[in-house]
Amino acid sequence: MRDSFLLRHSVKILGLGILAALAIYASSSLLVSGSYVLAALPILAAGLITYIFLSPRRYPIRWLVPGLLFLFVMVLYPIGYTFVGSLTDLGTGHMLSKEQAIEQILGRTYTPPGAERYAYLAFQGSSGDLVFLLAGRETLLITDGKATPIALPDERFVDDDGDGRFDRYGDSRRLETREIIALLPTLQKLAVPYAGLTLGLDSLTEFEAQAPKYAYDEATETMTDLETGKAYTAIEGIFTSPNGEEIYPGYRVWIGLANYVRLFTSTAISGPFARVFLWTVAFALLSVLLTFALGLGLAVLLNDPHLRARTVYRVLVILPYAIPSFMTILVWRGMLNQNFGVINQALVSLFGAGARVPWLADAWVAKAACILVNLWLGYPYMMIVALGALQSIPHELYEASRVDGASRWQQFRKITLPMLLMPLAPLLVGSFAFNFNNFNLIYLLTGGTPPVPGAQTPAGATDILLSYTYRLSFEGDRGNQLGLASAVSVIIFIVIATISAINFRMTGTLEELSKNV
Amino acid sequence: MYSRHTWVGSVLRHGLLLLAVAFAIFPFLWVVSASFNVTESMQFQQLIPPKPTLDHYKELLTSGRYMYTTWLWNSVKVSLITSTFVVALTALSAYSFSRFRFKGRRVGLLGLLLVQMFPQMLAIVSLYVLLLTMGDFFPFAGMNTHTGLILIYLGGAMGFNTWLMKGYFDTIPRSLEESAKVDGATPFQAFTKILLPLVRPILATIFVLTFISIYSDFLIASVVLQTAEQQTIPVGLRVLISDQYGSRWALFAAGAVISALPFLLVFIIAQKSLVSGLTRGGVKE
Repeated sequence: MRDSFLLRHSVKILGLGILAALAIYASSSLLVSGSYVLAALPILAAGLITYIFLSPRRYPIRWLVPGLLFLFVMVLYPIGYTFVGSLTDLGTGHMLSKEQAIEQILGRTYTPPGAERYAYLAFQGSSGDLVFLLAGRETLLITDGKATPIALPDERFVDDDGDGRFDRYGDSRRLETREIIALLPTLQKLAVPYAGLTLGLDSLTEFEAQAPKYAYDEATETMTDLETGKAYTAIEGIFTSPNGEEIYPGYRVWIGLANYVRLFTSTAISGPFARVFLWTVAFALLSVLLTFALGLGLAVLLNDPHLRARTVYRVLVILPYAIPSFMTILVWRGMLNQNFGVINQALVSLFGAGARVPWLADAWVAKAACILVNLWLGYPYMMIVALGALQSIPHELYEASRVDGASRWQQFRKITLPMLLMPLAPLLVGSFAFNFNNFNLIYLLTGGTPPVPGAQTPAGATDILLSYTYRLSFEGDRGNQLGLASAVSVIIFIVIATISAINFRMTGTLEELSKNV
Repeated sequence: MYSRHTWVGSVLRHGLLLLAVAFAIFPFLWVVSASFNVTESMQFQQLIPPKPTLDHYKELLTSGRYMYTTWLWNSVKVSLITSTFVVALTALSAYSFSRFRFKGRRVGLLGLLLVQMFPQMLAIVSLYVLLLTMGDFFPFAGMNTHTGLILIYLGGAMGFNTWLMKGYFDTIPRSLEESAKVDGATPFQAFTKILLPLVRPILATIFVLTFISIYSDFLIASVVLQTAEQQTIPVGLRVLISDQYGSRWALFAAGAVISALPFLLVFIIAQKSLVSGLTRGGVKE
């Protein structure tokens, strides 16, 4: 017992030690890259976790730590970041913080006229570290990224075969030209500061003393090109010269609610956005109604005890639910192919060439196709839940109404439907929320196409909000507009929150849960 | 509501149902048929292949022209690892929520419920930037890595599954764990040796649910995985058909049929453990 106690505690202390080391590493790297606010987070998190694991009072929380860690980093932080990002111009050319962008720009060099050039020998040790011997007006030794003057002969350099070229530097071996070529990607990044200039590889055979290209003045936020003398001032997250030239990369700046304003007022953006929004609502609503109608109809038919072979029917019609949807959506895309798809081929052979339907090419037909395929994917779920709910309706209701002379249709309208809708309403709302974000269906079936003519953002006729966000983020032909995409995400968040609130209110879930958790 | 069928009613009912069955299964028949057809193009495909062939399967699996086997392996690997970790993480959290009473418990539970209302994919832009940044410090978990993708999935699977698991834990009486504790077991031992074997059905259920949703994920995987050798099935299959769609149809069909297999496999395995888990006796109070 004593032994296992000791063991457990040493494992715990060891684990917390590793955690602290990781946190310090992450924090220091963040500090170096200039993210001062983010750098505090790993240390804070590690401190909190250490406290939880050492304080007996926080014992129950220990069990939650691993899960909560992922929840915070991969769900809560991204949601928060989306809100913050929607207030910036984040996107292609505006990915970095201002400090990072300045640091990158200041790292650039140019070759001043009459720059000093050096022939060189490169040596590599068994651990991979590189040493260079540079010969120009003076002789320099570069080790560990530092340059120092050196007087030759030096006993560390050895010429084994006596051909006048050094073959070894200590244990390091001289690299042949082909080995240098293989290392070129690394070598080209070399930037060794020496005497106010930067030594860098100029060609396969020469180093060169380069000068920094830019100087930055913090007070006036001006970047000066030392080669041309031109001044660039910071305008909207990018250094811009008076005649409009820009230095990339830019950096992200706060633009307040400008993204939202663009979505609602800028005609080239708000038009497509409104279209996408309306279609998203229509698509989700129609999907729910149609899948429910078909699912309920089949459930009523299959619930009939006099029906023969109903288990066989049930298994067969549930099939679309049992196979991963990404696959079946792609199959449907093939079947709807305008030229070769089986559906058009069948139509053509039945009604002639004029019957070819532009399934995915015409805006309205493509919308209908989306709903048709979603109907196929979604009705089995509705049928399953409806079958369950049908069985819970008491038989007496039907018998009593039959005595009163009600017709089959009246029974369905006055008994079945109301009795079903009560338990199923929250599921219908849930289905609406699911289809509101049914990215897989839209993106894999149509990819959002056909495009809307004249749109400034990539908005297609069948794009729903989420696929629109995706295309803004990763497929824009004017670069990735991540800030604008974040604003669209925030709007989806708001819609979903409203739907959830209605759902909670309808079912009283929250009240019930607060009592019973 | 139901009465004996007249002759007409019977025909009508079966007619409607046969129509529904045709609608339901035609895409399956069509894609399975395509994978066995001699022709590669969908234009000349026939529903019943005149000379059934396995050539498309062979080409896909052995020719090496498409990285199909790599994608399949990636998908299975990512889904398996994610599901295993999700089960472990949610079991730990659910145990705490079910067995301990502590400050912040109610807030934590309701918070989880609210968080899972928002699908993780809505924050795709932030996840993209987050992974870019993470890759600078931990290259093994940055963009285009399976580790990065799995880390994202782990966060997204917490909310709903913790609730599901906690609900099941609540139905297991505590007396077994209590008596183990009297015998000197630590809470962790009581958890692993007593409780976990009793809750195998819910562990299997969550494993399967997670496996299915991860295996089918397209959006997050397509953003994170950028090179062909890292991609998963949904991302890869789409690439396979997006270019010359009509002409590579049979290959795609064979790929689709194979990619449904892990799905069925997990289902069958889980069903076994579901049954055996259910038939084990627990303590009755």
